[in-house]
Amino acid sequence: MIEIKNLHANIDGREILKGINLTVNKGEVHAIMGPNGSGKSTLAQVIAGREDYEVTKGEILFNGKNLLELPAENRACEGIFLAFQYPVEIPGVSNTTLLKNALNSIRKYRGEDELDAMEFLSLVKKKMSLVELSEDLLRRSVNEGFSGGEKKRNEIFQMAVLQPKLAILDETDSGLDIDALRIVANGVTKLKSPENATIVVTHYQRLLNYIIPDFVHVLYDGKIIKSGDKSLALELENKGYDWVIEEAAELV
Amino acid sequence: MNEISHLERFTEQEYKYGFVTDIEADEIPKGLSEDVIRLLSAKKAEPEWMLEYRLKAYRAWLKMEEPKWANVHYPPIDYQEIVYYSAPKQKKKLASLDEVDPELLKTFNKLGVPLEEQKVFAGVAVDAVFDSVSVATTFKAKLGELGIIFIPISEAIKEHPDLVKKYLSSVVPVTDNYFAALNSAVFSDGSFIYIPKGVRCPMELSTYFRINAKNTGQFERTLIIADEGAYVSYLEGCTAPMRDENQLHAAVVELVALDNARIKYSTVQNWYAGNKEGVGGIYNFVTKRGICKGINSKISWTQVETGSAITWKYPSCILQGENSVGEFYSVAVTNNYQQADTGTKMIHLGKNTRSTIVSKGISAGKSNNSYRGLVRIGKKAEGARNFSQCDSLLLGDRCGAHTFPYLEVLNPSAIVEHEATTSKIGEDKIFYLNQRGLSTEDAVNMIVNGYCKEVFKELPMEFAVEAQKLLSVSLEGSVG
Ligand SMILES: Nc1ncnc2c1ncn2[C@@H]1O[C@H](COP(=O)(O)OP(=O)(O)O)[C@@H](O)[C@H]1O
Ligand SMILES: [Mg+2]
Repeated sequence: MIEIKNLHANIDGREILKGINLTVNKGEVHAIMGPNGSGKSTLAQVIAGREDYEVTKGEILFNGKNLLELPAENRACEGIFLAFQYPVEIPGVSNTTLLKNALNSIRKYRGEDELDAMEFLSLVKKKMSLVELSEDLLRRSVNEGFSGGEKKRNEIFQMAVLQPKLAILDETDSGLDIDALRIVANGVTKLKSPENATIVVTHYQRLLNYIIPDFVHVLYDGKIIKSGDKSLALELENKGYDWVIEEAAELV
Repeated sequence: MNEISHLERFTEQEYKYGFVTDIEADEIPKGLSEDVIRLLSAKKAEPEWMLEYRLKAYRAWLKMEEPKWANVHYPPIDYQEIVYYSAPKQKKKLASLDEVDPELLKTFNKLGVPLEEQKVFAGVAVDAVFDSVSVATTFKAKLGELGIIFIPISEAIKEHPDLVKKYLSSVVPVTDNYFAALNSAVFSDGSFIYIPKGVRCPMELSTYFRINAKNTGQFERTLIIADEGAYVSYLEGCTAPMRDENQLHAAVVELVALDNARIKYSTVQNWYAGNKEGVGGIYNFVTKRGICKGINSKISWTQVETGSAITWKYPSCILQGENSVGEFYSVAVTNNYQQADTGTKMIHLGKNTRSTIVSKGISAGKSNNSYRGLVRIGKKAEGARNFSQCDSLLLGDRCGAHTFPYLEVLNPSAIVEHEATTSKIGEDKIFYLNQRGLSTEDAVNMIVNGYCKEVFKELPMEFAVEAQKLLSVSLEGSVG
């Protein structure tokens, strides 16, 4: 589904990503872990198409298409969804307005008919229950006055409505209590299919008790320094990151 | 960061109302003098008292000076270069719309203001003012049954002199300011509305102003009186052709609300703003003021200002009656080289008077947008309250936003709250919406519309939709 080859990216002239290689296939769940500041969010944003980052080397193929040539909105329309680490507030714009416009923009891009108000509403109702979001939050301005947990749940709700091919969850678990964590994880699990894929960015292993990853990667200083299966996540939980970092240093 | 290229690439802005109607006009030669005023008054077959009023205003104006305090800059206006009266040639008195020149009907149709009664969208009566005169008032008969008077002010002067004499200049004195004095001397036409006691006007009343002729000033005069317990909602729209010369528009609007009366006045101002180099456009120097004369009366001003090269305008409320309420909701957009200095004055005189101010400024391009507002609580205004919220939104970093709030509180029991914010349109918000599949253009529109929501929700439905469209046209090309 997505192939990232030797990806280098800068911000303000400073190199943050220093040669990322990662392939994710249909139906897979990949976890990306690593200490704070290692470049996890940067990778997520570069995939999503944030222009503040300058890609200096490498390529990203998404279902065979050169992703780096597309503006962010077209990447979204191609089926990439980013659940933000820090979802922004948009005063005066209701959740429903945003979602209806977003969904129809994506459908239009794909040559599908736009949904009318009734069809949209029934879709929304169905997806709302998935993350146990109250109707009141639908009518309120996007993320305005939402608690940290509500913001994260709202991201997953939007993902449920937009039905992406590749979902990237950037620290969706942070700031969630155990109940909210379970709700979010259940939502994500229910949305999983053999046709889509998920990249879960986190630095705790607890989310991975609910969303079982097929692969776990450790990102450090802009590079993936170790990959493994879900047992790697448990090992990191017990022993921390230092041993991986040392191991990687010895290889250089 | 891509912000500069992102936010500052301006493309040509389309002004779709910029066409000129080719119609024969009856004009007075340019320039201003007592003779010109006499001629103008004679052409309109006005009574003697009206001519006297005009001459008095003219003499006062000669002694006055153009105000210089606003945060706007323009070359001196040559008042002798302006044509003070221009009317499309047509039969003297129109018995029905069938007699209106088809060219004029076509013009208003093109502007989206169909005048044929059957086509007028449900529930809106329209008065159309073309250059200096009112050409058509629709739904006259239906309103007449309720005793509502909705006619051009030129007719009201002849048909209802007592009402006009009683209220004209009762809210904006002739010598209130330079442009009000000029307007009083030369005003050509506008709307006159009287809603009798206890009558709730069943439809929106609307005037559409159109400047067509070259070098012509438009000086319209509007007077609205809501008698005890009456209610009226009034809408005002305006456009002008694209011309390289600046044209002066100096209107005066007066509102009077008696006991328990309510007046809702909404404006969507879209005069030609000049081209993207700043050539041409309308100078919109307007005095709008309402008085809540009676107890429990209420006046609400809602304005969406997107046009004009320069806007100088402070719709205000004098809150005289006990428990009276004044409201001001404003969206002012400036792009390219536009300048706006706009705001409101809330003058609290009566006990327990309340006012609300919500101002949303949006600046793009190299434009300058200033909010100027005065809240004055008089000595006797026991328990008065004001809440003001003034927000500025910047698109790009070559535009300016300024806020000048003035506060005078003479009664210690008053509660006055003021909030102000200035923000840049957030790249993070735009990216968030991009990531959800929306183009940058759509994202900006969505963010800006959300930002203006508090004001738009005050507009009548059809107008709110119109205002949203206008906003996106005004900001077209300001991003991406
Ligand atoms: N906008 C920015 N400007 C400058 N440096 C940034 C910016 N965003 C991120 N960085 C830097 O890039 C590095 C990686 O950040 P990030 O991708 O957020 O890490 P993570 O998500 O793994 O915690 C950090 O050192 C951070 O300070
Ligand atoms: Mg991060």
